[in-house]
Amino acid sequence: MNLLTIAYKSIRQRALASSLTALSVALGVMLMVTVLVIYGLVDDMFRRSGTGYDLVVGPKGAKLQLVLNTIYRVSQPIENLPYRFYRELKEDPRVGIAIPVALGDRTELNAFPIVGTIPQYFTVEYMPGKKFGIKGDLMRDPFHAIIGSTVARQNGWDEGSKFKMVHAGTDDHVHDEEFTVVGVLGRTGTPDDKTVFVHIDGFYLIDGHDKPLGEAVRREAEFFGEEVDEQALQKMIDEEDSHDHHSDDGHHHHGIHEAQKEVTAILVRTKKPIMTPMFQAEMNEGIQAQAVNPIREISWLMENIVGNVRRIFVVLTALIIVVSGVGIFVSIYNSMADRRREIAIMRALGARRATVFSIILSESVLLCFTGGLLGVLMGHGLVFIAAPIVEARSGLLIDPYGFEPLELVLIPALIILASLVGFVPGMTAYRTDVAKTLGD
Amino acid sequence: MSLELNDIRKSYIEPGGRKLPVLAIDRFQLSDAEQVALVGASGGGKTTLLNVVAGITSPDSGSVLVNGFNIAGLPEPARDRFRAEHIGFVFQTFNLLPAFSALENVLLGMSFAGGKCSRQDATELLNRVGLEKRLHHRPGQLSVGEQQRVAVARSLANSPALLLADEPTASIDTANQNNVLQLIRDACSERNVSLLLVTHSPEVASQFGRVEQLHDFNKPGEAP
Repeated sequence: MNLLTIAYKSIRQRALASSLTALSVALGVMLMVTVLVIYGLVDDMFRRSGTGYDLVVGPKGAKLQLVLNTIYRVSQPIENLPYRFYRELKEDPRVGIAIPVALGDRTELNAFPIVGTIPQYFTVEYMPGKKFGIKGDLMRDPFHAIIGSTVARQNGWDEGSKFKMVHAGTDDHVHDEEFTVVGVLGRTGTPDDKTVFVHIDGFYLIDGHDKPLGEAVRREAEFFGEEVDEQALQKMIDEEDSHDHHSDDGHHHHGIHEAQKEVTAILVRTKKPIMTPMFQAEMNEGIQAQAVNPIREISWLMENIVGNVRRIFVVLTALIIVVSGVGIFVSIYNSMADRRREIAIMRALGARRATVFSIILSESVLLCFTGGLLGVLMGHGLVFIAAPIVEARSGLLIDPYGFEPLELVLIPALIILASLVGFVPGMTAYRTDVAKTLGD
Repeated sequence: MSLELNDIRKSYIEPGGRKLPVLAIDRFQLSDAEQVALVGASGGGKTTLLNVVAGITSPDSGSVLVNGFNIAGLPEPARDRFRAEHIGFVFQTFNLLPAFSALENVLLGMSFAGGKCSRQDATELLNRVGLEKRLHHRPGQLSVGEQQRVAVARSLANSPALLLADEPTASIDTANQNNVLQLIRDACSERNVSLLLVTHSPEVASQFGRVEQLHDFNKPGEAP
């Protein structure tokens, strides 16, 4: 009969108290595992999503907001950039790939974000070495759409499904134009999974997405610091007004002046990595737009804001575990008064002081280890259950089978904690006066 | 196994700081496989004497020679080991561990000796004391007589050379007293185990060939 068996039998003798103390450890560990796993997955998801492009180019404003809005589809767009700016940027000899994105609207069903972009978006690796898997076709018509895997699953959409979009703003106006799903993306583990992509041309053709021509031309001229030829502009406006804007297929087809098109951001990959810093610096020196390194912004966010929140949670859950450890200490220590005689009997049977000390320590370790193991399982169970709920409510994609390497430290840390809390009761056992106790 | 006590002195310190002599034995001897009843009044130092012989308590001076080997001179861990391997102990109140079954109590006795715990040996010992159907019962589920039988089986678990019994029948009803006593004596005879049994009962002592009165050789009041 080894020490652990003897310790287990003693624990079993106090089944209720032992179960409750082990459960308290389990709950603490469960919370810590949940915090670690969810943070790890969120961190991984944020970092993974930002690695496909070198820079995000957008209007001047908050850098983090630009990245969050463009790549993660949270927060609001800062402002818009003229389409002409995109066209000129694309011609820059240092730019390898430039993808325009226009954000704002959402789907009528389940409010998934809608991104207007070009088909090239899907031919570029969304992270190094990872290409989009598409079931179906790319967008070849302005009213074609490609949907993410989560959108397809939750909305029950597939190739051929049709949908309308809700205008961004306070009025929840549903646009008349109908889009047709032509492709479904494979799961990427990025925000693309829960995004609906429409052809950027179709995005502009939606009633209300094109600014009034006069306002659009003046805004564009102001952006580029140019004078407006008011006479020529009035002539263009008159011509625009004389056109019939409605077609037989129900879509709001009409010609759109380039000035009426705007993008919320441009995703850029330079031809060579060495070109990126200089291109970014030049862009940021100007007054028109800014270029932001998405990885750097997300790292800043994760380390300075989310990281601090995580640290607070980890400290809190660690405190819960320590309090649970104190519970184990109290449970074992209180039982020592009743068990003094048992200890003395063992000693009389030949158990050494170190042996009875080890038995008490083993009890503490067993309780902590069992509680810890249970907590790890419960934590992963909680993540498994919470993953779809978190995904549905926050848009963050959580892998229900996610594992955080830091968890490997948890059990050894618990054993150290158990050794600490078991030390004092262990010493009580160690110091038991056999003759006196048996005599009593 | 032979036992020889020479010039044993043992005192306790009272709360006031005064020394209270308990043992003052110039010489006491027990031969190999001999069975001796030691009779003494309560408070006469019987239990202290057994504790000294078992190595649970160290004498203030003197030697405890077991087969010529002085265990009083050993450090505590070595005495513990010696006790586990060579000395069996039967207590007045049985002292079984309530969390363990009869079989596990016997196995527990084996586990502290450092050798292997043989379930077969433990089962045979319990069979020997007539508890073959009570192996997996916990002490609380056994009668008082059965509990003492488990205690006897446990004391024999490591094939000791010396069995110390401290009033082993004092807590048992009269009907069971003789059975348990006979069991202990027979088990010791079968295994050539020396037996030192402490009792205050003349009836129990009368069954032994050699009976020693503790006050005849323990003179704490005369200790220098």
